[in-house]
Amino acid sequence: MGKLKATVEAKKFTGTRGQVRRKRIETSGALIIAALMILWLGVNLIKSPTQFAQVTVLGLRNGLLYALIALGYTLVYGIIELINFAHGDLFMLGALFSSYFITIWFHQENSNLAGWLTFVAALFAAMLFCGTINVLIERLAYRKLRRAPKLAPLITAVGMSFLLQFVGIKWNGSTPRQWPTVIPHGEYVWFGVIISHVTIILILVAAPLLGSLTFVVNKTKRGKAMRATAQDQDAARLMGIDVNKTISFTFALGGALAGAAGLLYQQAIGTTNYNLGFQLGLIAFTSAVLGGIGSLNGAVLGALLIGIIQGLNDGLPIALGQKWSQTVVFTILILILVLKPAGLLGKATTEKV
Amino acid sequence: MVAISSQRKWATGYLIAAVALFITYQFLFPWDGLPMGIYDTLQLWLPPMAVNEALVYVICALGLNIVVGYAGLLDLGYVAFWAIGGYCAGWFMSEFFYMINIHFYGSVAKAAPGIHINFWVVLLIGGLVCAFFGVLIGAPTLRLKSDYLAIVTLGFGEIIPQIFYNGDDIGGFNLSNGTKGITILDPIPAGIKNVGPFDFGYKFIVFVFLAFVMIFISLRLRKGRLGRAWLAIREDELAASMMGVPLMQTKLAAYAVGAFAGGLGGVAFATHVDGVYAERFNFTISIFLLAMVVLGGMGNVWGVILGALLLSWMNSTGLPAFGQTFNTRFETEINFPSFTFLLFGLVLILMMLYKREGLIPESRLRLILHEGDREEDLSPKESK
Repeated sequence: MGKLKATVEAKKFTGTRGQVRRKRIETSGALIIAALMILWLGVNLIKSPTQFAQVTVLGLRNGLLYALIALGYTLVYGIIELINFAHGDLFMLGALFSSYFITIWFHQENSNLAGWLTFVAALFAAMLFCGTINVLIERLAYRKLRRAPKLAPLITAVGMSFLLQFVGIKWNGSTPRQWPTVIPHGEYVWFGVIISHVTIILILVAAPLLGSLTFVVNKTKRGKAMRATAQDQDAARLMGIDVNKTISFTFALGGALAGAAGLLYQQAIGTTNYNLGFQLGLIAFTSAVLGGIGSLNGAVLGALLIGIIQGLNDGLPIALGQKWSQTVVFTILILILVLKPAGLLGKATTEKV
Repeated sequence: MVAISSQRKWATGYLIAAVALFITYQFLFPWDGLPMGIYDTLQLWLPPMAVNEALVYVICALGLNIVVGYAGLLDLGYVAFWAIGGYCAGWFMSEFFYMINIHFYGSVAKAAPGIHINFWVVLLIGGLVCAFFGVLIGAPTLRLKSDYLAIVTLGFGEIIPQIFYNGDDIGGFNLSNGTKGITILDPIPAGIKNVGPFDFGYKFIVFVFLAFVMIFISLRLRKGRLGRAWLAIREDELAASMMGVPLMQTKLAAYAVGAFAGGLGGVAFATHVDGVYAERFNFTISIFLLAMVVLGGMGNVWGVILGALLLSWMNSTGLPAFGQTFNTRFETEINFPSFTFLLFGLVLILMMLYKREGLIPESRLRLILHEGDREEDLSPKESK
């Protein structure tokens, strides 16, 4: 009873004067930003509604890709509180693997039945490939540092990202490479908005993946073990959960999603580059932070939002344009971290003592 | 008394090494009597350009060491300060702003258009502008958890170079000349002589002096009140704040000093390559610097210097020279410079896994970094 009372009282306490002032600054800052955003969107919407819808569709498409990558960040962060810098580069390896799998190993360049079958096979192969690599990375590097000061695994992750980029350079070459795709060209036009086949395929592949991930995490025994480990590793171990195995499983899940994203990216865009993972990885990470890192729904929501914002910025008549794309995304990242570090759907965390 | 004598000792050693290198490059290197073999070996394995570049890296790595090594804040966007410092040099020491004509003890003729401020003043300006930006980015973000902070700095390190990259047309104003960069900087006025872009020997003295200043600052700060406060925060933030260390102020000070050093390094680098180019300021540089700090030993000035010299040399000379020798010897065509990613990645990973305290460890840090290991040894072995 005493403990319950204490929590009730703790809730009434609104913070020191400094905290109250900070909260007020945060709220007004968020309001100003929201107002500016609405103004910007409104002007553009009135000016050219079709283009607006068009770039939104494109943005959503990219957002789905980001979501697949962002989930890898959020899963790993949720369970061992590590920003896995190497995750973006894992995605890059996934894209390279898919291009080699489809074009060089199985010689598929057109969209026919064989091409589609290879596409499906490549999806599973890339998921397996990236999942395995991610598990290996965890096993060889991060596991040893699980109890080390936070700086150590973070620096290791940065080093790992460099290592994977090196593999990328050797595999892909240091210049961008163009690949044929098996997704048919062509599009549907719906109220003047072009929806390409690529977009539809992306949705058809990504949506079930996202759904099954939610199912695995929320409904299966493994998922329960994951959530328990995320909450308290020691307690989970006492309850008979194999923590190491659970963490490996989490890395496998994140890696598999990155692999799928790699295939989809490679087939949708058709170009690969060794430093692809760095840029997209950072964007995906931003999405994870925007949604609230550690929250699965948050990662998807954040990724779709970032995708749309990026699409709008790159494609609208009154906008900064593509060359400022990165700056816009990182400005969002910094603003979110400053104004609302918990993200849209995340829970505020306190430093564990 | 011991402290003073040990300080005099390092200063003497540093001076001797600097003079020896200076004589080698200024007098021995262009000397006709030097046997061709020695000349070629030196030119291949240790050209003067590489020595100067290594010194610039030393300056920056020492700055990053204050942030990462002393205060324990991971900064992944250090290149931003390098870029800002570089552009300060570009703006204030060239004919870039040709429409105005400002001279302040500059080293060029009074009639030359553009802003020409004395190199030593520009160093100060670059440092201060960077320190300002360090505080600006630090003030709202330093209360975040350490890994979030790393991300914010990373974002900052991406935004600043992109601003310079796209900076040839910001609302019609040419801020940075975009991808073309700003070239031909004023020579450095160094008392008896104006040091131009190809006076490697005299520029070496300038960089040696700057590195000396950074070493001095690092060592003195480390011993003082602020340095002890940084270490306290690095070791246990909560305990430090309980003991009355003002967290925000102390962290901000680390950021400001670190950024100041980044600015110095930026100005020095701009004079080293005689220009500033936006595409040079990328994430890789931040990681290079981090690897230098990590390899040498976070928090240990001598370790960081060793790490910076070693890795910078590997990057600029060692790998290409080794590759050239290897390829001619074995008639292969392996592209060795592309192994830099492998090298730096492995340095970061292996050091963190096996020798977290670096090559020359700082005694205090070794204890902390292995605190976790002890805990793990006590816990029962997990079932495989």
